[in-house]
Amino acid sequence: MDTYSFLRHFADSWMLILMTALFVGVVLYAFRPGSRKVQEEAATSIFRNEKRPAPDVAGSASRKIKEA
Amino acid sequence: MWDYVKLIVLGVIAVCAAIAANYAHDLAYMVNAIVVMLAAGITFLWVLRHTDEPAKASTAEYNDGVVRAGVIATAFWGVVGFLVGVVIAFQLAFPSLNIPGVEGILNFGRLRPLHTSAVIFAFGGNALIMSAFHIVQRTCATRLWGGGLGWFVFWGWQLMIVLAATSYVLGGTQGKEYAETVWYIDIWITVVWVAFLLTFLGTLIMRKEPHIYVANWFLLSMIVTVAMLHLVNNLAIPVSVFSSKSVSLFSGVQDAMTQWWYGHNAVGFFLTAGFLGMMYYFVPKQAERPVFSYKLSIIHFWALIFLYIWAGPHHLHYTALPEWASTLGMVFSIMLWMPSWGGMINGLMTLSGAWDKLRTDPVIRMMVVSVGFYGMSTFEGPMMSIKAVNSLSHYTDWTIGHVHSGALGWNGMITFGALYFLTPRLWNRDGLYSLKLVSWHFWLATIGIVLYASSMWVTGIMEGLMWREVDANGFLVNAFADTVAAKFPMYVVRGLGGVMFLTGALIMCYNLWMTVRAQPAKVSAGSAVPAE
Repeated sequence: MDTYSFLRHFADSWMLILMTALFVGVVLYAFRPGSRKVQEEAATSIFRNEKRPAPDVAGSASRKIKEA
Repeated sequence: MWDYVKLIVLGVIAVCAAIAANYAHDLAYMVNAIVVMLAAGITFLWVLRHTDEPAKASTAEYNDGVVRAGVIATAFWGVVGFLVGVVIAFQLAFPSLNIPGVEGILNFGRLRPLHTSAVIFAFGGNALIMSAFHIVQRTCATRLWGGGLGWFVFWGWQLMIVLAATSYVLGGTQGKEYAETVWYIDIWITVVWVAFLLTFLGTLIMRKEPHIYVANWFLLSMIVTVAMLHLVNNLAIPVSVFSSKSVSLFSGVQDAMTQWWYGHNAVGFFLTAGFLGMMYYFVPKQAERPVFSYKLSIIHFWALIFLYIWAGPHHLHYTALPEWASTLGMVFSIMLWMPSWGGMINGLMTLSGAWDKLRTDPVIRMMVVSVGFYGMSTFEGPMMSIKAVNSLSHYTDWTIGHVHSGALGWNGMITFGALYFLTPRLWNRDGLYSLKLVSWHFWLATIGIVLYASSMWVTGIMEGLMWREVDANGFLVNAFADTVAAKFPMYVVRGLGGVMFLTGALIMCYNLWMTVRAQPAKVSAGSAVPAE
C-alpha cells in the first residue's frame, strides 16, 4: 500500500476513533462529580489579585506553617 | 555582563545589516536591511545608556508598562489599518485613485496586503499580545515571567510590522494570502513568537492560582497553533541570502492546501481562539460577574480545538483538491457552528441578571455587539462552506463581507471594549473621559459595519448570479467588466461604511488620550492591603 492510501485509511479509522474518544473523555471529565466547586473557584479567580500579585513568600510560608 | 553581550550582538547585527543592504538584490530587501540596521543601532544606543543600571523590577508589582505600550500600539495600528482599508475601498470604487505617479507602490495590489496585515497582525496582534500579558498576570496572580522578555516581544513585533509594511509596498511578497511576509521576516516572526510563548508559559508555570483560568487556555492554544501554522506554511528556500525572493517547498495543490490550512486556522486560532480568550476575561470583568457557565467554556474550548483545524479545505471547493478533502472541510465547518454558538451563548448569558448594564454602560454594549457579530459570522461561515452555497459565493464580494463582519464586528469591537476597559485601570484614572463619546464610537462603528456587510451581500450575490447567467444557447450573458460596472454603487456604500468605522476609531483614540491626560487619578478607597 502506498503512503497516501495508508495514511488516508489510518486517518479516517483509528485516528478518528482516538480523537473522538479523547474529545468525549474531555467532556465527561468536565462533568465529573465535584467539578462544580473547582470550576466556580476558577470562574471567580478573575476578581482576585486585580492590583498586584498575590503575596509571595509570606502567604505561602504562613500557609505552610498553618498546615504544619 | 548581560548588557555587554547585548551590545555585542546588537553591534554585529547592525554591521551585518549594513553589509546586506549593500549587496541587496532588490529594493524591498535593501530597505528592510536599512530598517534592521537602524533598529539595531537605536537599541544599541538605548542599551548603552542604561548599562549597569540596577534592576528596579519588583515581583510585588505587575508588569503593566508593556501592557500600556500594547494599548497605545493597538490603537495606533488600528487607525493605520482602517485608514489603508478606506483608501483601497475607494480605489476599487474609483480606479483613478491608483495614482499614476506612484504606480507600483501605492496601487491597490500593493496596498491590499498592507491593509490585511496591518489590521490582522498589527492591530489584532498587538491586541492579543497586550491582552495575553494583562490576563495571564492577573489570573496567575504573578508578575510577567522573563524580566525584559515581554518588552522584547513588544518591540520585536513592532519591528516585524514596520519590516512587513515597507516590504509590501516595494514588492516583497511570497504571494501567500495573510502570509505575504518574505522569508527573513518569517524567521524574525518565529523568534518573537517563541519569546511570546516562553513569556506566557513561564508566567503560567509561576502562577499562584491553583487553576489556569479558561481565557489562558484559549490564548495558549492561539500561541502554539499559530507557531505550528507559521512554520509549516512558510517552509521555503531563499534564492539568495541577499534577496527577498524564496521558493516554496510545496507546489501545486499541496501548496494550495497548506496555504489554506494555514489561512483558515489563522482565522480560527489567531482571530477566534485568541479573541475568545479576551472575551472570557473582559466580558465577565466589565459585567462584574463570573462567566455564565465554566463547564460550557471548557466544552467550547475543546470542541473548537478539535474541529477548527480541519475546516481549511472549504477554501478550495471545486479545485484540484480531492473530493474527500473538500467534503471533510465542509463537514467540519458545519460542525463548528455548534461550539461557536455555545461560546456566543456563554458570552451573552454572562450578562444574565445584569442586562440593565446595556442601557448604562456603552463599553459592555460594545462587547455584547461584538459577541453578537461573532455569532452571526460563525453562522454565515459554515453556511458559505456548503459546496452548493460556495459555488455562488466563492470569488465574490460576499466573502469579503463575511470576513469584515467577523473582523470589524467581532475582533474590532471586542478590542475596542478591551481598550476602554484597560486604559483607566492601567493609567489609574477615575473612569473614562467621556461615555458619550464611547456611545458615538459604538453607533458609528455598528452602522459602519452594517453598511459594509449589507453592501457586500448585495454585490456578492449579484456578482455570483451574473457570472453564472447563461442564455438559451448556453453562452454566458455577462462579461466580467459588466459585473464590475454593476458593483459601483455598492462599492461607494462600502467605502462610506469604512469611513464611519474609521471615524469611530479616531473618536476612541481622542477619548483614550483625554482619559490619560485630563481624568483625575483614581483615589482607591482602601489602599491598605488586608493582612492575610
